[in-house]
Amino acid sequence: MANTKADYYVPHGSPWPVVASVSMFVMALGGAMWLNGTGGGRTVLLLGLAGLTVMMFGWLGAVIRENIAGLYSGQVDASFRQGMAWFIFSEVMFFFAFFGALFYARTLAVPWLGGEGAGEATNSVLWPEFDASWPTNGPGAIGGNAQGGFETIGWSGLPLLNTALLLASSVTITIAHHALKNNNRLLLNIGTLLTIVLGGVFLYVQGVEYAHAYQDLDLRLSTGIYGSTFFMLTGFHGAHVTLGLIMLIVTWLRILRGHFTPREHFGFQAVSWYWHFVDVVWVCLFIFVYVL
Amino acid sequence: MNRSKAYSGWIIAALAATTLCAAGPAAAEWALDFPASATELGGKIRGLHHTALIICVVIGVIVFGVLGYSLMKFRKSQGAQPAKFSHSTKAEVIWTVIPVLILVGLAIPSARVLIEMEDTQSADLRVVVTGYQWKWRYEYPDHGISFFSNMTEESKAAAIVGAGHELHEHYLRDVDNPMVVPAGRKVKLQLTSNDVIHAWWIPDLYVKRDAVPGTINETWFEVGEPGVYRGQCAELCGRGHGFMPIVVEALPPEEFDAWAAAQTMAGSSETALKTASVAVASGPNAQ
Amino acid sequence: MSDSTHAAEHHDGPHAKGLWRWLTTTNHKDIGTLYLVFSLVMFLVGGAMALIIRSELFQPGLQLVDPHFFNQMTTMHALVMIFGALMPAFVGLANWQIPLMVGAPDMALPRMNNWSFWILPPAFLLLIATLFMPGGAPAGGWTLYPPLILQTGEAFPFVVFSLHLLGASSILGAINIIVTITNMRAPGMGFMKMPMFVWTWLITAYLLIGAMPVLAGAITMLLTDRYFGTTFFLAAGGGDPVMFQHIFWFFGHPEVYILILPAFGIISQIIPTFSRKPLFGYTSMVVATSAIAFLSYVVWAHHMFTTGMPQAGMLFFMISTMFIAVPTGVKIFNWLATLWRGSISFETPMLFALAFVILFTIGGFSGLMLALVPADIQYHDTYFVVAHFHYVLVPGAIFSVIAAVYYWLPKWTGHRYDETLGKWHFWLSTIFVNVLFFPQHFLGLASMPRRIPDYSVQFTEFNMISSIGAFGFGLSQLLFVWVLVKCVRGGAKASAKVWDEPNGLEWTVPSPAPYHTFETPPKV
Ligand code: HEA
Ligand code: HEA
Ligand code: CUA
Ligand SMILES: [Cu+2]
Repeated sequence: MANTKADYYVPHGSPWPVVASVSMFVMALGGAMWLNGTGGGRTVLLLGLAGLTVMMFGWLGAVIRENIAGLYSGQVDASFRQGMAWFIFSEVMFFFAFFGALFYARTLAVPWLGGEGAGEATNSVLWPEFDASWPTNGPGAIGGNAQGGFETIGWSGLPLLNTALLLASSVTITIAHHALKNNNRLLLNIGTLLTIVLGGVFLYVQGVEYAHAYQDLDLRLSTGIYGSTFFMLTGFHGAHVTLGLIMLIVTWLRILRGHFTPREHFGFQAVSWYWHFVDVVWVCLFIFVYVL
Repeated sequence: MNRSKAYSGWIIAALAATTLCAAGPAAAEWALDFPASATELGGKIRGLHHTALIICVVIGVIVFGVLGYSLMKFRKSQGAQPAKFSHSTKAEVIWTVIPVLILVGLAIPSARVLIEMEDTQSADLRVVVTGYQWKWRYEYPDHGISFFSNMTEESKAAAIVGAGHELHEHYLRDVDNPMVVPAGRKVKLQLTSNDVIHAWWIPDLYVKRDAVPGTINETWFEVGEPGVYRGQCAELCGRGHGFMPIVVEALPPEEFDAWAAAQTMAGSSETALKTASVAVASGPNAQ
Repeated sequence: MSDSTHAAEHHDGPHAKGLWRWLTTTNHKDIGTLYLVFSLVMFLVGGAMALIIRSELFQPGLQLVDPHFFNQMTTMHALVMIFGALMPAFVGLANWQIPLMVGAPDMALPRMNNWSFWILPPAFLLLIATLFMPGGAPAGGWTLYPPLILQTGEAFPFVVFSLHLLGASSILGAINIIVTITNMRAPGMGFMKMPMFVWTWLITAYLLIGAMPVLAGAITMLLTDRYFGTTFFLAAGGGDPVMFQHIFWFFGHPEVYILILPAFGIISQIIPTFSRKPLFGYTSMVVATSAIAFLSYVVWAHHMFTTGMPQAGMLFFMISTMFIAVPTGVKIFNWLATLWRGSISFETPMLFALAFVILFTIGGFSGLMLALVPADIQYHDTYFVVAHFHYVLVPGAIFSVIAAVYYWLPKWTGHRYDETLGKWHFWLSTIFVNVLFFPQHFLGLASMPRRIPDYSVQFTEFNMISSIGAFGFGLSQLLFVWVLVKCVRGGAKASAKVWDEPNGLEWTVPSPAPYHTFETPPKV
């Protein structure tokens, strides 16, 4: 242990963090302008996004170069791993807020509006017509079709398929990981590629499902509390899958270039953790949003 | 230690004390405590507050006493030599267990009052209270009465930046149409809001409850003596939050009945409804 | 290997000059300095807003500002103080001190460290710019309750995105701190040998990672409710405005402990040094800190006793809240026992630490009273609450930061600060902070609501006193700024140890601490 400390690599100055901060600022500015309907908001937003992309290449590129140059000790590697793990934990907490909203709405808010428990007066004075049930778009029947109604997506069709796809992709990435450890480059390559394909198909199916919901079921983001929780949860999940896919593609390109060794492959491992996380979130979604 | 430095603290303390005295005009109202309660339940709440306060003061005296003693006794400048000890399981157990016991002792009466507070059963009168930006509306469903309650013109005229009016005694806590209730009867309030969250509060009645749009919150009170009780909105609700007074007039039950009958006949509810503008639920809250 | 041979291989000082150095630095000391300077500036800005509030409240009637602008000041004052002054101050202290205290060459993820700082200035640019937008800055209180906050003008998305950025910064900072502490300790420094400041920050960082994303979720829901038709907080759609309060306080309550745990750590460093005696009950301090952190996740609804929760919920949150007094008491008692039979001296950091112990306890007592549901019905949203949280935040958290700055300033600058001025700063601050906030207890009990620009005449006297205290306290802080400037510019040379017999690795490096320290790990 003692010897690793001496060569903890401390980079000396880097422009990338400031580029990242400025890009985030530009994105926030653009996003806000866009929401306010100020002209040019979208352009500014895209500009920020472009900055962020450049930053990613620059920053990660520097890290990869340093890694290849052998500047990193096992301890640096451990810092990266722990950092990634805690980042994923923060993401878990982000989803937790939305799952919390779902549970609160389903088990408390909606039943109260329907007159249960503490909500007796609420129902009798303000919403006498309202019968609590789930799914719902509330006593005001917000969103939905002309009659205020909407339909939901059953769990046994596309969602089940999607569950299978993502679970399978978790398996393929694990296979790839083992292959990497055993220095089986071909299997590593194929496993990663398969994961990408499975993830891509998942996103496509999700898109089909969304289109179906919007066009045929009158189920939208604005369809009361059901639409809100449904689309925010699955939507943020989808965004994370997209991010994971981009990371996977970069990883795959790096594999093609011969990066990663059986002993040192933090980059690969971080992506695979992230992918597993996305998978676990989906399983929770599948159970709490679709099945129950 | 340099003596003059030690004195600097005292000089400042004296200065501050002078400022304190200078700031208080002769006829000042130096209320230091909860108001006297106009309801029986309020008396219990006030008692609970006193109990908690006394417990805190006693613990405070002990803690600050020990601290002060240490600071006097164990000074380096007085040649104190440091001891070496760094823990004592016995002491630590004691000062974990005693606070637990105190807290349990405090939680039990609080829970009792809480349970009483929440009991809105068997009320004699029901009033539906709706918060608006920035006025209140009172409906008596059993009497068919409904009216708005606004801050009086006198307060409105004074509450303008730089108006410089003389401020009367009930400045900002004065309304045109007070809520009227019978004294000695259990009144149940059903609170809701038309726009943002407000809170209905009369300090002397020890009642405060949020008025949440889309939801009914229930609370109750039973005024002991007839009289006028004043309060104001207690949840930030925009520009006019400070200008949303609440006044309850408690009448002897017979007078209340007479009032209610007169209201119903005069149809005063209609006029009140017509003149009142309905607040909008969106748009920037700058007026 | 000595420092000099090392210097030959590496740069000894900063790798770049001027502005570029500060923009691109990865050095924990540079970044610590950036955080601390930023925090000081924000403290003055937030304080100036508080002075506007106190000026309007000097007497009844509206004299200076429009009520809507007053509400903007209240909201911005709180956001600037919490996210701009206090949190960055603690992160700055962590940056400077944690590597020095655990014997690490730097923070574990130095580039990310720079990133988490440089997110802050643009984020505050966005936030402060809202003051100049149509409809003004957010005016719904720092708690951002809907539906009111949805009435904000063009500022609305700026506020939301600015808070997203602040949250991202905090999360990145917290990750860095955790990783530094778990992965970078000098050989031989087990967890139970870490200085208390490091321990409290470790636990704070967990709280940050757990709580900040929840805030991000809550404000994201606000955003979609306003712009994309979701109905999280709209009853007609099956949502509930009160749900926002649950989510917000699930973040908000841990947040207030985020603001106090590092303070506990600082006090636990300072009191032993000036008592010349080891910290009493180290293990129970660690346990108590963890207990507070754990409990902080299950007490959130004590901010919502008037919202009409079911009775069982009120009981639960009352009792869980009350029990936070137990581990907090353990800390207070441990400090007393540390002082007991010590050899106490009264340098400026110690004075601030002692004032902390007393005044924080007073704030804690009022917190305990607030926890009692029936009484809170009366206290809620009055100046009693304002008095409570300013006691724990100003003579609590802010005093701890000031104490820490005096304590470590000689280590950072190599100079001793002016002890006489320091003492003046202490006495002025301590007296005026009480003049400022103590009368607010009485105002609250006499039923003055918070967040009002104007009040009925019976509240006049105590408001005047409070406002005088505010100006006195504010001016005293200018003295602090002067002491800082003077000390950075020069002064008596500080030795490596600075104080008599302080404990910890930071006192083994020279003063000022060289640009790079512990490139070879020390032995503990
Ligand atoms: C640093 C920040 C900080 C800290 C440490 C605390 C500490 C505590 N707070 Fe406070 N609080 C705030 C910041 C903080 N608070 C803020 C900002 C708000 C308002 C937010 C807003 O609405 O804008 C608030 C509001 C607030 C409320 C809501 C009030 C309302 O709106 O109606 C409540 C209610 O329970 C509460 C309780 C407590 C309790 C029980 C503690 C406890 O942790 C205190 C424990 C300490 C002690 C008790 C003293 C020492 C102990 C002993 C000496 C042992 C023996 C003692 C006994 C047995 C009594 N706080
Ligand atoms: C860490 C947090 C923190 C800190 C340090 C403070 C510090 C102070 N606060 Fe704070 N305050 C809050 C957190 C904090 N507050 C919160 C969370 C709220 C609730 C908001 C809400 O309701 O939503 C609040 C609300 C609040 C109110 C209630 C407002 C209302 O309900 O409408 C008041 C009123 O007196 C007040 C006063 C003060 C004062 C006088 C100080 C003083 O300690 C400040 C002292 C500092 C100075 C005065 C700066 C000195 C500078 C100069 C003199 C020169 C200025 C020059 C330039 C800028 C160039 N605060
Ligand atoms: Cu209505 Cu405040
Ligand atoms: Cu709290």
